[in-house]
Amino acid sequence: MARYESLLDACGGTPLVGLPRLSPTVPEGAPPVRLWAKLEDRNPTGSIKDRAALFMVREAEESGHLRPGDTILEPTSGNTGIALAMVAKLRGYRLVCVMPENVSAERIQLLRMYGAEIIFSPAAGGSNQAVATAKQIAAEHPDWKMLFQYGNPANARAHYETTGPELLHDLPTITHFVAGLGTTGTLMGTGRFLKEKVDGIQIVAAEPRYGELVYGLRNIDEGYVPELYDASVLDRRFSVGTRDAVLRTRQLVEVEGIFAGFSSGAILHAALAVAHDAVKAGRRADVAFVVCDGGWKYLSTGAYGGTLNDAEEALEGQLWA
Amino acid sequence: MAIEVRIPTILRSYTGGAKIVEGAGDSLTALIDDLDAKHNGLKGRLITPEGGLHKFVNIYVNDEDVRFLGALDAKLSDGDSITILPAVAGGALGFVAAAALLGR
Repeated sequence: MARYESLLDACGGTPLVGLPRLSPTVPEGAPPVRLWAKLEDRNPTGSIKDRAALFMVREAEESGHLRPGDTILEPTSGNTGIALAMVAKLRGYRLVCVMPENVSAERIQLLRMYGAEIIFSPAAGGSNQAVATAKQIAAEHPDWKMLFQYGNPANARAHYETTGPELLHDLPTITHFVAGLGTTGTLMGTGRFLKEKVDGIQIVAAEPRYGELVYGLRNIDEGYVPELYDASVLDRRFSVGTRDAVLRTRQLVEVEGIFAGFSSGAILHAALAVAHDAVKAGRRADVAFVVCDGGWKYLSTGAYGGTLNDAEEALEGQLWA
Repeated sequence: MAIEVRIPTILRSYTGGAKIVEGAGDSLTALIDDLDAKHNGLKGRLITPEGGLHKFVNIYVNDEDVRFLGALDAKLSDGDSITILPAVAGGALGFVAAAALLGR
């Protein structure tokens, strides 16, 4: 189907494309090991977050949590904010985003273009200052509504009801699903659906490992695990550093023509690891992974050109996923 | 047997400021005991009094989360690379703000 009543109806249904050049070669006679990319940049605002934003708003409307004209408050470092801004605009809500000030300039411009208001939390102050900023805002505006993507079951449900079924329909022979681990919504929702339907499927997480500036002096006792996270859905979990993420992001566009953001590179890195394990074990594998968004919003980082060392330096201190 | 261990900033007070230290052991438990012998107090920051891995600590063996490799029983070999990191969600700061707003 290519005709929709409105932009909101055009969410999901993204293409799954094979990566014949990046898939590992197998010895003659061995079963094939193939990589497949789910192009989530083909969503209305260009990222996988459109699915969660739409489901969270829809369910909040149905439950009465959101009423026409309400203000939505969402702490976000980018794509969720952009997706929510679009949904809020079309559904008649005002959106206020709280975000760290060290996100890319494009994200800020996009949010403002979609009509969102932005309150910055200081990047250098770390989590304590973000907490302080958030508490201050909440005290001043007790009537603002939060959707809280880290703990909102509608976030995972979006993927249980759309991403998972789409993958199974397009790739019934799927053996591995690899996605990024942030709010954990994509992996929990898609993972649960696929585990119910496909015997032996492996659900694999790739999480970004940022430069030291981001972790800073984060106290181990004040850590955070999203409420949505359920480790039993996952089979493996990879931590992918900036350098590997950049390397794979560049390979995606150089070898397969897919221009993606750095989180997708990190996911490809984990996908290649499981693909190579399958080759070693002589097992057939159809590894589907998520391309979360396109590279447009990250061009200003300069990390698409120059040496890997330059790119690593350019992304130091940035939340690239 | 030498295993390279990357220490996060917050725990470097135990390693004299060292970012990377070396340890030995054929399992994660053995490695942490070895590290604690050289850097007194480190174990207490990684392991709970009940003997499990601290909830907000992530340990990776060659970039893979050790919780999916047998946790403290995970087998280690010479040349493995270990990374210790505080647990943070993607987006890193937004979640803390969100949690604060909701009083969690």
